[in-house]
Amino acid sequence: MQEDYINIALADDDEDDRMFFTDAFEDLKIKSKVNTFNDGVYLMDYLNSEDALLPNVLFLDLNMPRKSGLECLKEIKQNPKFKDIAIAIYSTSASEEDIENTFVQGANIYIKKPSDFKTLKKVLSDVVTINWQYHTNNMNKDNFLLRF
Amino acid sequence: MTLFFKFNFNLLCQKILDEVLTDQGINYKVIAFGEIEVLEKLSKQRQQELQQALEAYHIEVVENQKSILVQKIKDTIIDMVFNEDTTVNVKSSVYLADALGHSYGYLSNLFSEVTYTSIEHFIILQKIEHAKQLIIKEDLSLTEIAFRLNYSSVAHLSTQFKNTTGITPSAFQRIIAKRREFNQNNN
Repeated sequence: MQEDYINIALADDDEDDRMFFTDAFEDLKIKSKVNTFNDGVYLMDYLNSEDALLPNVLFLDLNMPRKSGLECLKEIKQNPKFKDIAIAIYSTSASEEDIENTFVQGANIYIKKPSDFKTLKKVLSDVVTINWQYHTNNMNKDNFLLRF
Repeated sequence: MTLFFKFNFNLLCQKILDEVLTDQGINYKVIAFGEIEVLEKLSKQRQQELQQALEAYHIEVVENQKSILVQKIKDTIIDMVFNEDTTVNVKSSVYLADALGHSYGYLSNLFSEVTYTSIEHFIILQKIEHAKQLIIKEDLSLTEIAFRLNYSSVAHLSTQFKNTTGITPSAFQRIIAKRREFNQNNN
């Protein structure tokens, strides 16, 4: 029996970014289901609800009102229920130190938001393909670090 | 009194399948006779439960032939990369073709079709995975790791590591060490 799609979630308060993100997945070879959330509170409420379909990869914008990406990351890492979710930080820009810090706190992927749509599609496709390999081959997620 | 029956086998089979799947609480959609799409993720345990429930009717879940061969390709590559007793003196394409009894062209096309990645890329991914484990678990220098993984030089290993993961081997080592410390302080 084969699982034939990947579940993706994105929390980002920027409407345009959410739209580009969803569009980028449409042409992807790997079939995906994309869920988006307007901020960290909406995201965490959903993840903590009982019938939530947990994403395989979760993209977190760092700067969001009400609850930041970093706060979400901390909450997710403290809850064993979420241990199988790969976390991708999806942010405009940050210092080297901030980037390394998100990895230390448990993020698997760091993506600097690309400025053009073509690059965005390429990066998201690479992330999903590599994550798909980890997911389908039971590879050790603790060693899963990826940066774009 | 003797009664005679006429069966509609297709409908009968579909009905049995229907009942078992509903009984297991599985959300699904019928695609064709003998083919359904499961609309949720089934854990390994639930997959087994489903198989057991179907066994009573002698219904089997057929694994896709292609996926079986792809799994063999993966197993062979993982053995080739991780098992240091398996020495490969030929190119990996020749090795795979020999080990699996198909032409490399066939294997390569099939692999890309099913896994969305190429065999070459999968081999690199596994080699980098092995390198990561050696970096973390054993106190080996990059020079030793490059040698054990058959890289021609440390530079080659570092470049491939960086190209595959976006970070350098030393940054990887540093992050994992810091993360351990971070997790200890938080527990």
